[in-house]
Amino acid sequence: MHELSVAMGIVNIAEKETKKANKNKVTLIELEIGSVSGVALDSLEYVWDIAVKDTVLEKATKKFIFIKAEAKCLDCDTIFNVKNVYDNCPNCESYKNEIIKGKELRVKSLEVI
Amino acid sequence: MCGVCGCGTEDGKATITKPNQSHSHDHSHAHQHHDHNHSHEDHPPKTVIDLERDILQQNNMDAARNRGFFEAKNIFTLNLVSAPGSGKTAILERTLTDLKDQHDFYVIEGDQQTLNDANRIDAVGVPVVQVNTGKGCHLESDMIFKAVKELNPKDNSFLMIENVGNLVCPSMFDLGENKRVVIISITEGEDKPIKYPDMFHTSDVCIINKIDLLPHLNFDLEKLKNYALQVNHHLEFFEVSATTGQGMEQWYNWLKKQNTK
Repeated sequence: MHELSVAMGIVNIAEKETKKANKNKVTLIELEIGSVSGVALDSLEYVWDIAVKDTVLEKATKKFIFIKAEAKCLDCDTIFNVKNVYDNCPNCESYKNEIIKGKELRVKSLEVI
Repeated sequence: MCGVCGCGTEDGKATITKPNQSHSHDHSHAHQHHDHNHSHEDHPPKTVIDLERDILQQNNMDAARNRGFFEAKNIFTLNLVSAPGSGKTAILERTLTDLKDQHDFYVIEGDQQTLNDANRIDAVGVPVVQVNTGKGCHLESDMIFKAVKELNPKDNSFLMIENVGNLVCPSMFDLGENKRVVIISITEGEDKPIKYPDMFHTSDVCIINKIDLLPHLNFDLEKLKNYALQVNHHLEFFEVSATTGQGMEQWYNWLKKQNTK
């Protein structure tokens, strides 16, 4: 359940930034999660309430922005959507690819009051 | 991906599917709109902070600090990861026993509970600290920072970090290691690399352990390697048996080549 560590990471960022802005709480948090980032969203949802209890995020609405993964084939340069990191190139069938999008795990923005 | 309930792995949610069953379902949804008549001026002003901040930033920064320390002292650091029972500790014991007279080794053991693994390494006569993560399922870089302070490793040495036995969670957490080594034993399935792709995707080396059992098992070594290479074509393989010592020499040769400046 590494999602708890991820959630605590989000809480730390939110606490720091809210304090820095001289505000009291977060009303909306936007999170960018890549599809091959390694985070299971339902696990993150599961631990969320525990992680945000008594923090600036306790009452915040969270918005997930999903980023679909893309890979670049290292043999023929085709850029293609991947569901799994081991999907092969639809053009030349090579498995040699580089993930260029979909590893994101970011706090995009906070709305604070 | 289903845009209503979010099912489908592309958005990171778990899916539940029976074999030979395609996924279809209906959604009903009802919106309840409500009128409100309170004044918006009652609300304090909202401020939007644009961050674009990596959630794992703190761990990554601590890992970078560890990495700088290791580099300055020419300490070659390995992060050993695997499912529980693949033989991480056994490989370490054998490696340390055979090489400790030629090189300085230090070990950080990660487990949720007990000092058992640290005691095994201590019995070999190599400095070791145990990190017990409690409920935690992986090591993080600040734990390594603290453990390294306790170990106080010499220059030009090897630091072996045995992560918590878990093929999922440790993959996301950089510890500042030079190389990540994933260990799989042939009593596990050949398709483990595609079942748990993140760990194989982030590793540099794959040690296949327990190959002495090959005659007794219906295990296709090439199939395992092909799956692993599909996930990560950079992987370098070593086929070993920590019990009999078979194949360990190649692993040692690789290891010895790593910390020469």
